[in-house]
Formats: sequence, structure tokens, C-alpha cells
Amino acid sequence: MVNAWIVASLAAVVGGAVGFFVVMRGASFVAHAIPNGSFAGAAGATLVGASTIAGLGIFSVGGALGIGLLGRRGRRDVATALTLVFMLGLGALFLSLSAESSEAAYSLLFGEVLGISANEIVPTLALAVASLIVLGLLWRPLLLDSVLPERSSGRRLLAVDLAFLLLVAMTTTMTVPVVGTTLIFTLMIAPAAAARALTARPGVALALSSAVALVTVWGAIALSYTTNWPVGFFVGALGACAYAASHAAARSGDGGPGRTAGRG
Amino acid sequence: MQALLHAIVEPGFFADGAVQTAAALGGVVAVVAGLIGVFTVIRSQAFAGHALSDIGSAGGSSAYLIGLAPLWGFVGISVLAAAAMERIGVQRARGRDVATGVVLGVGFALASLFLYLGMTYHNASGEIPTILFGSVFTLSASDLPLVMGLGAVALLVVLTLYRPLLLASVSPELAAARGVRVRLVGGAYLLALAITVALCDLTIGAILSTALLVGPAAAALRLTGRPHRAALLAAGISLACTWLGLLLAWDSFYWPPLRHGWPVSFFIVTLVLIAYLAAGALARGQTKRG
Amino acid sequence: MSDEPQSTLTHAVPERAEPQVAGETVLELAGVTVELGARRILDDVGFRLKAGELTGLIGSNGAGKTTLLRVILGLLEPTRGTVTVNGADVGRSVGYVPQKFMLDPDLPVRARDLVALGIDGQRLGVARPSRERRERVARMLGAVGAADFADARVGRLSGGEQQRVLIAHALISHPSLLLLDEPLANLDLHSARAVVELLARIAREQRIAVMISAHEMNALLPVMDRVVYLADGRAACGRAEDVVRADVLSRLYGHRVEVIRAAGRVLVVAGEGDDAEPTHPHHLDAEEH
Repeated sequence: MVNAWIVASLAAVVGGAVGFFVVMRGASFVAHAIPNGSFAGAAGATLVGASTIAGLGIFSVGGALGIGLLGRRGRRDVATALTLVFMLGLGALFLSLSAESSEAAYSLLFGEVLGISANEIVPTLALAVASLIVLGLLWRPLLLDSVLPERSSGRRLLAVDLAFLLLVAMTTTMTVPVVGTTLIFTLMIAPAAAARALTARPGVALALSSAVALVTVWGAIALSYTTNWPVGFFVGALGACAYAASHAAARSGDGGPGRTAGRG
Repeated sequence: MQALLHAIVEPGFFADGAVQTAAALGGVVAVVAGLIGVFTVIRSQAFAGHALSDIGSAGGSSAYLIGLAPLWGFVGISVLAAAAMERIGVQRARGRDVATGVVLGVGFALASLFLYLGMTYHNASGEIPTILFGSVFTLSASDLPLVMGLGAVALLVVLTLYRPLLLASVSPELAAARGVRVRLVGGAYLLALAITVALCDLTIGAILSTALLVGPAAAALRLTGRPHRAALLAAGISLACTWLGLLLAWDSFYWPPLRHGWPVSFFIVTLVLIAYLAAGALARGQTKRG
Repeated sequence: MSDEPQSTLTHAVPERAEPQVAGETVLELAGVTVELGARRILDDVGFRLKAGELTGLIGSNGAGKTTLLRVILGLLEPTRGTVTVNGADVGRSVGYVPQKFMLDPDLPVRARDLVALGIDGQRLGVARPSRERRERVARMLGAVGAADFADARVGRLSGGEQQRVLIAHALISHPSLLLLDEPLANLDLHSARAVVELLARIAREQRIAVMISAHEMNALLPVMDRVVYLADGRAACGRAEDVVRADVLSRLYGHRVEVIRAAGRVLVVAGEGDDAEPTHPHHLDAEEH
């Protein structure tokens, strides 16, 4: 239980922080596609008997590169969709070949936070620290390119974009065992979108996003523990509540910082 | 000739009843998805389409839970989710992917709950792979009229709105200046999209259905600059991928070393990706020469 | 969306080439005021546009040009005042070319298709193809000098080319009024001059009232019959030489401005020594390039 608490908290802090840029860059679809597609990596790892983390890592990085490179020519959303469904198709194949039980598929897709063991803490901590360091290093270029992409040269834009995608991949690898491939996404979008509605300052928004994610995860684990319902359900539900509440709060406070007059 | 045919098509393919049903159902869905998908891609709503199909998994699993046919679950929840996305602004360019993402998150939460409840109280674990990854082989011929009816509704909506929808997809401003009610047209399209996605969910599964919706359309858009032709081409590519996928899945029962059928959806998705990449290469070749 | 048969669209509007009474009023605005919350975007704006005349709608960014165009198009209801357009259906009698927008290069819509959507893009169903329709589109494309790229995807055309296609799209339904929102922004000098000359020719030959919004009036000076000068939501209207004067514009801006004429160009700058209204600093560079 304590293990679950520690690992989930790490996942929430990093997910919330990376999520800030996901929302800034309008990359929700990517943030959904990389974790969801990495599901195939875990299924493949079981098939060949490798470690799940390695499978997740390889597939999430592969997905990130696929989206970044395919998206250079043609539409980003199409590239993302096709990369995702291709990885999912592989996942379906691996699952059917390994005759894996559907409970195992379920826990990969929707997480099994209460089954986390103590020896997962160290690798998760290492990945969390690494993600936050990369985020710190990329802070200014990411912020600049998210706001004013026209200002940068094409090559630099691609480099920053790939670095961002790899950051999402790294977060994915560490978070999948906790909330499952589908709900990391909620952890990245809802808290960041909520934070953005409440403050106009980037640093504060990032911290707020992590905090909201943390509260969401803690609440979800506690509720899941008492009701025995899946933790993913509560992460999704609480995330949506945080989003709705922050938007209601922002609307009542003179239109909120995120709103503009929309003329021009 | 006969021997060659046997090498490509393993025996029994055309005679098998399940294959005939799957080919008919898959064919209808593929054509509808290809035609509707052209507008999905033009309007940059690939994420919305994908989210609708993912949310469909919640519908499929809840339908199972209360003992309905999955199709009704897929259709019901997709239409509901489309309405929710419309409300929170999926049609605005700014912030719409966050709106989509939040709805999708809720959909996932529900899916995880329903699947869990299904597994706990109904011992329904065998259904999960079908709901998530679909299997066109498990459909029965009695589904055909319903699938065709829903497909016809979706096509009718898009054909009726064809001109205003195309104009609004090029520029909402231009359409509004001509008196088109842009939001109404967009909402009606979202409804057609939801129905189409539900049909795709049924054939290749909730989490893979985006492939049929987006892939053939995106490939067609790379090859032609004419709206009608793009729609027909997308339907053709979609149909080809689906039928070829069925054939390969049938053949895969005979493949060494496992002699274990591979999932149909895997083949369809892979073929769609190949079609998209090939269309890109072809288009680049054309521009280089031209 | 209208339900009239196809024929009204193609034949009801008379050819503009036939002689008409000079100066027939096409559009009349009276006392138009637009308020959004506490902000007053337009303040008691009134003017008339006449057939065959080219009018410049001049003002800096934020002066209310786009809002004014939206009011004329019927997309925005004014808080007070009236807009009378010659002909009841705004969608048909007013042609509109929006500000340059980013079009997807992969959009499967050719220049030809976009112009055809100008005939009946608001109608339900798929258009029945006909030789007459094709020829009408081809004639229109030729008239704006867009025949050479009629089969290219609109998203892959240059800014000037897209502008011509959009003008054809707006003109093909024979409007009596043509509105263009900043058509010259982002065009190089040569393309801008070509577009302005095209528009002036359309106004005179087809007896259409053409209104062009711009933040810079010099490109329009040689062809502009009248000017509607917007500042801070208020408007001054008339012939260019009557409006673009230090005393008129000073009254409009509410502080002193100078009008400098040099080498056939006009420059509006803040007057020296006067307190330059710190609340409206953006007006100071209104006419600088």
C-alpha cells in the first residue's frame, strides 16, 4: 500500500508537470497515443519473456519517433492516429499469440496500482528525476516554441518537438504500471487544463498542475481502496471534476485569464 | 491458375458462412468509414473520431453488463459523447483537443469501471478482447440490416449537408457569410461521425476503429485534389484493406509455426498504414516529376 | 439556407453591364453602435455605399474594421442603428472575402471547386454537374486572372493567387456589394497593386459597390472613390481628400494628428507637442509601414 502511494505520487508529479506542456502545445492526442500504444510493448514483452518496463520503454520511444517523423510530412493528427492504431494492432496480435488472460490485458490498460511492489520504487524514482531534469533543461525552448512556433528554424523546431515527444515517452514508461496505459492520459490533460484556467503564470501553472494531479491520484487510491473499484475510474472521474471546477471558478472570477475578447 | 489461387487463398475462404457475413458487414462499414472519414481528416477531427471510438468501449462494455447487444452500446455512448464534445467546444480550433481529451478521460474511466464490473459479476472476461479489439468474424448475418441502416443514415446526413459542410470545412467564415449555420452543420456531421465510429467499433474493435476512419481518407487526400474523387478513393482503399485483411486473417490459420489465427484487426490496421505510406510516396513522386 | 429553385440563382440578378442610374445606393448604415460588455467597439457609424464605387475602410488594428464588416454581413447584430442592404438575402447580395487564412495544403478542393461553392455552397445536397455550371465557373476564373491555376489545390496557391480565387468565389453569385477584409495584408507590392486594379475594374465594369478594409491606405489611394476612416469606433466618411485632413482626423482621434503628403503618399502621424492620449498609443503608428 505504501509502495503504491509512493510510486503513484511520483507518477502524478511528473505527469502533471509534463501535462502542462501537453496542454500548451495542443498535444492531447499525442499524450493519449504514446501511452496507449505502448500497451503493445508490454504485451510483446510478455510474449517473448522480457521485462515489461523494457517493452513499454521501447514502444513508447518508438511511438514518439514515429509520430514526430511521420508528422513532419502531412497532418500531425493523422500521423498520430495511424501510429497509435498500428501499435494497438500489434498489441492485439501479441495478446492473441501469447493467449494472455484478459485480466492481464485489463490491468495493463487500466492499471493495477495496488499491486505495486517495493522494487519498482527505485526505477520509477530514477525515471521521475530524469524526466524533471529534462523538463528543466528544455523549459525555455519548449515554452518559446509552444507560444511562437514561427520564430524558430525548422530544424530546431523538430529537435525540440522530438525532445518533447521523448519526454512524454519517458513519463509513459514510468506511469503505465501505476494507472495503466489509458489513464496516464487523464493524469496529463485534466490537471494541466485545470491549472491553466486558474493562473496566467507559466511557472505557477506547472506547479499547480502537479499539485492537482497529486491530489487526484491520492483521492483515487483512497477511494479505490475503500470501494474496491478500479483506480483508473477514480482518476478519470476526479480529473474531470477538477477540470470542471477550475473552469467554473475561472468563469466566476471576471472571465478568467485564459479568455480573450476573440476579435480580429 | 487453380494452384496459384490456392496458394494465395487457403481452401474454404469463399464458401465459409462466417467469412461471407464478415465480408458483407466489413464491406459496408469500410465504405461508410472511407466516405465519412474524408471530412474527418479535412476538419482535423481525427482526435475527436478516435476519442469517440475509445469511448465506444465504455458503451460496448456497459451494454454487455445490462445484457444488450454491443452495437446499441457503441451507438448510444458515441452519440452522447459527440453531444458532450459539441457542448464544450470541439468545433473551435483553439482548446478543442483539451475538450476532446477531457471527454475521452471520462469515457475511459467509465470503460474501466464497466469492464471491471463485467469481469467481477458476469465473468465476462471473454468479451473484453472482442469489445476492445473487435472481431468481424463473430458477427452474425442478422446484424447486416441494422448495420446497413445505420450506415445509410450516416451517409444521408453527409450527402445532404455536402455543400455547406465542404464550404464550412474550407473556411467557417466564408460559410457563415453565405448564411450557413456553421455550428448546426458541424453538429450534424459530428452525429454522422459518431454513428460511423460505432459501426467501426463493431467490426475492428473500439480501440482500432480510427484506422478505418482516418487512414484511407488521409491516403486519398494525398492522391487527389478533387473532393468527390477523394471520397470515392477513400471508400475504395478502405474496402480493399478490409477485404484483404479478412483474407490474410483466414490464411493465417495455416501459417507456421503456430497454426493459430492472427487477429483480423491487426491485418486491417497494418494494411491501412501501408496504404497511407504508399500514397505519400506516390504523391511525392508525382510532385517531383511534375 | 434558401429553398428557391436553381434558376433564380442563375438568372434573377440582371447582368451588371447594362446601364444603370449612376450612384444607386447599395448599402446604408445609420447610427450603428456595437457594445460588447462595457466596451464600445463601434460608435454611431453611418455612411452609404453606391454602385460602381470603390470605398476604402481605413483604420489601425483594433479600430473596429472587422466588427463593422461583420455587422454589414449580418453576422453581428448592432446594439443600436440600422443596416440596409439592397436586397433582402445578405448571403447572396453581399460577396465577402475574409482576411487571409491558413488553408491546409492537402485540402482536396481545387480553385475551381471553391468558386463553384460560391454559386450555391449554402444549399443542401450535392450539386448536379452541368456544362453551363462548368462554363460559368471557368468564365469567372478567367475574369479574375485565375484560369492558369484553376486545377491547383487552393491550399497550395500563393497569397495573391488565393486572393483572386476568393474574389471569384464572392463574385460568381452576382452580389451588389463586395466586402474584402484586409485583402492586401501579406501581399507583396506588385501583387497588391494587381489586386487593387482588378477590384477597381470590377467595381466600374460590373457596377458593384466594393469596400476594402486596410490599415494602410496608400495602396488604395489611386483608385479609391471614397473613404470610411475608423478610429476608436468612430467614423469619418467622404472623398479621400475631404477626410484625410489634419482637422478632420484630429477631431476623430480626439487629439492632434498631422497629415503629411510626400511623393504621392500620405502619412498620418501624431501631432507634435500635444498630449498624445496615452490611452490610445496604438493609433500613433496607424499609417506607418
